[in-house]
Amino acid sequence: MSYMRKPKIVHPGLKKNALGLTRRDYEGAMSTLCAGCGHDSITAGIIQACFELSVEPHRVAKVSGIGCSSKTPAYFLSASHGFNAVHGRMPAVATGANAANPDLYYIGVSGDGDSLSIGLGQFCHAMRRNLDMLYIIENNGVYGLTKGQFSASADVGTKAKKGETNEQPPIDPVLTALALGSTFVARSFSGDKEQLVPLIKAGLKHKGFALIDVLSPCVTFNDHEDSTKSYAFTRQHYHPALEADFVQPADEIMADYDAGAAIEIDLHDGSRIMLRKTAPDYDAQNRGLAFAYIKDKLRLGEYLTGLLFVDEDGRDMHAVNQTVSQPLNSLDWDAVCPGSSAMPGILSRYS
Amino acid sequence: MSKPQAAERINDFVIKLANVNGTGSASANSLLMKSIFRMGVPVVGKNFFPSNIQGLPTWYEIRLSRDGHISRSGDVDIMVAMNAETYGRDLAEVSPGGVLIYDSTWPRSQELIREDVTILGMPLAKMCNENFDGVRGRILMKNVAYVGALVALLNIELDIIKDLLSETFSSKPRLAEANMKAIQLGYDYALEHFQCPLPLRVSRMDKTAGHIMIDGNSAAALGCLYAGATVGAWYPITPSTSLMDAFRTFCDQYRTDEETGERRFCVVQAEDELAAIGMVLGANWMGARAFTPTSGPGVSLMSEFIGYGYYAEVPAVIFDVQRVGPSTGMPTRTQQCDILLAAYCSHGDTRHPVLFPADPHECFEMAVKAFDLAERLQTPVFVLSDLDIGMNDWMCPKLEWDDAYRWDRGKVLGREELEKMDHFWRYHDADGDGIPYRTLPGVHPRGAYFTRGSGHNARGAYTEDSDEYREVMDRLTRKFATAAELVPGPVTIGNGRSDAAVLSVGSCDGAVREALSILSAEGVNLSYMRVRAFPFSAEVQAFLDRHERVFVVEQNRDAQLRTLLIAETRVDPGKLVPVLHYDGLPIGSDCVVGAIREAMATGAAA
Repeated sequence: MSYMRKPKIVHPGLKKNALGLTRRDYEGAMSTLCAGCGHDSITAGIIQACFELSVEPHRVAKVSGIGCSSKTPAYFLSASHGFNAVHGRMPAVATGANAANPDLYYIGVSGDGDSLSIGLGQFCHAMRRNLDMLYIIENNGVYGLTKGQFSASADVGTKAKKGETNEQPPIDPVLTALALGSTFVARSFSGDKEQLVPLIKAGLKHKGFALIDVLSPCVTFNDHEDSTKSYAFTRQHYHPALEADFVQPADEIMADYDAGAAIEIDLHDGSRIMLRKTAPDYDAQNRGLAFAYIKDKLRLGEYLTGLLFVDEDGRDMHAVNQTVSQPLNSLDWDAVCPGSSAMPGILSRYS
Repeated sequence: MSKPQAAERINDFVIKLANVNGTGSASANSLLMKSIFRMGVPVVGKNFFPSNIQGLPTWYEIRLSRDGHISRSGDVDIMVAMNAETYGRDLAEVSPGGVLIYDSTWPRSQELIREDVTILGMPLAKMCNENFDGVRGRILMKNVAYVGALVALLNIELDIIKDLLSETFSSKPRLAEANMKAIQLGYDYALEHFQCPLPLRVSRMDKTAGHIMIDGNSAAALGCLYAGATVGAWYPITPSTSLMDAFRTFCDQYRTDEETGERRFCVVQAEDELAAIGMVLGANWMGARAFTPTSGPGVSLMSEFIGYGYYAEVPAVIFDVQRVGPSTGMPTRTQQCDILLAAYCSHGDTRHPVLFPADPHECFEMAVKAFDLAERLQTPVFVLSDLDIGMNDWMCPKLEWDDAYRWDRGKVLGREELEKMDHFWRYHDADGDGIPYRTLPGVHPRGAYFTRGSGHNARGAYTEDSDEYREVMDRLTRKFATAAELVPGPVTIGNGRSDAAVLSVGSCDGAVREALSILSAEGVNLSYMRVRAFPFSAEVQAFLDRHERVFVVEQNRDAQLRTLLIAETRVDPGKLVPVLHYDGLPIGSDCVVGAIREAMATGAAA
């Protein structure tokens, strides 16, 4: 746990991005989470991704629900507007906000309790609408703020700190997302920044709903020996299926990819995702096969990670609605009010 | 026929049509009502329908009132009994000297016998079976045929019916033809077999010029269109559904680019009411005007987010088209049972501005006002309509629009203003009116803050500090006092005696006004105040102070408006006499007259 705010001194040698901003311009308030909490690593990943993408901080809208994870939007991008909603209802707020202004980057941060229990319905319907947002679940299998109850993502057989064994099957966010038509589905681990940061970048740039389920151990209530969401267990059981590199429009592809092993996916703004397969028989562009493969591995106790599915051709909420390209919140009075001249025509059907 | 003949009554009687729901009777009945309206005769229609798709009893009541009364009178003069299942009670409802029309295709039921009612039989099913093909068509046309008979019996001009049919079916001329054929069948049969016209009949007047027949939900939707609402989120619920349907219809015409099909609006059908209100808050947070139409059960589900909107100070407009509670209650019946729910919705200390329209005209005006208030006050605002206003067709003055009007977006800091500021404190009361300044996402980094439902201080930062918490809560109290000055004031009529007066709300208005004119004819002149909003303005307190006794007329069991007056004014509760109507049907003047007569008599004796 941090107990002292870092002084805001910008070292002259600190690296600047295309906007002339340093990494520190993307930080937020001091975290109040427990020392060693996986969530803080994800916060750091978001900061790094936004810095490296040169995103204008005030063009980001941060949304969250209730829980430890949902506190974290206060800890990054202090120059962004944030909306800390009620428990499990962040997707609705994001939907309304996006309906009014789709031109911002939307970063939703949620937890396994927030998304898979109280907010499961809203989580599902946001995916069904293919809402254009990055949706991160900081998944630790446990309720932290209320001191250690199992969440809906707790595995069968995992033990609570006080000894109780979970016997109910988990709801897996990745399988749920694949079943409901999410157009970008990823899983990662808070302890693997190399994997996580490119995923966050790709998710931000993806046009449509981008889910990243991040296994993020709770050091206080779920990091003990018989837990399946501990650091040790996660490290042992997670298997990258695909490594994703994110390539900005202006950048050259520098890495050396073996022919046939890499898949290039073009994003709407001209950037690209380069997928490198580590599991040769995995297909991240076939929803059905991806689902079956991930489920098989889960049965063996293995968490497959990386960008597990992506479809850049999905139509988002506005495409389906045929909304005008200018954000609705910036339309002029004349564009929305038909004026007195229209009234006789309207009233003719009532006389 | 040697039945007792009713005395001649022109333009002042009630027609009730007893049907089976799902048979298309609603459109036939509204055709009948509209034809009377076009004869210049003030008319009002009330639809009493079941919470069901097909097969259950449904009634439509049309009152013609040459004096312009708009509430139910409590009488039925002509009954069209098309549902054998309800013959008994339909006949019993007819006033002595009245008329009942039934389908005589089958032998007359033993139930349909009453000496003081003229009973007219016509073989509607037989006529339609001989003239139309298809089961569905025959059922539909039976309804149109009885309208034809009524046209002859009531002396309605046939040309008006022809015009209405050709307007309604302008794109389907064959349907217009079929409907006209059915009208003619009924019309000719009535002329040939009955004494036409009846002593109860219609005669041309000029009292509907400048008026329209419109339902409150359509009028409220039109208000949303004109107020510039761009985001609507909702979950279907009777009786509010037609509000969003109408909004979409208006937007398809007036907010859709003819060439590209691009829409300057976004309507989201949410997964439930919890999501609907969340979307409304999200869109308003982003600076769009957004609203949700719902009814009592929906408001119950929304209550957590509504408290959030109050505390985090996010605008929202909520239309609660009230229906009968508690719980699922009677979804297709009317009541004013959400007054307290709306005023104090959500846990913790919360209070919300509530507007009370009395008719569709006010639904339109108050919809526009609600958006202005929500953005000015940065808080959720309720428009508390009800099923009677929302779903029935009311005669009201034509809606007008003043092109000089501009929306009030409230205290929003833009890019230039933020550029000049050293800091931005979201919940700081700079002007002393309790209303802080807000910023919209995406405009300027200096405007950024964290909107939260957890404890926060004047700067917008998280707090668990007692003094900081209280500072914000006390400012919200001041803001509510400001709201009392901004909401629509009450309407007061008459300068009656000081010992007693009447106070009412919303759709009780017509019944109260008619009751007052009846009482006035008896020498009892009472002043009347209709409150139009909560918080109550100073005029409400003054009115209560001026009178020794105030009859509070409302449509719920628990006297919710009276409770709110006791809680929010300095009135002596003993002064407020409840007059309550809560059977689910719209209140009639008879209920008000009866209650006041009785109370005045006992009051005089005491």
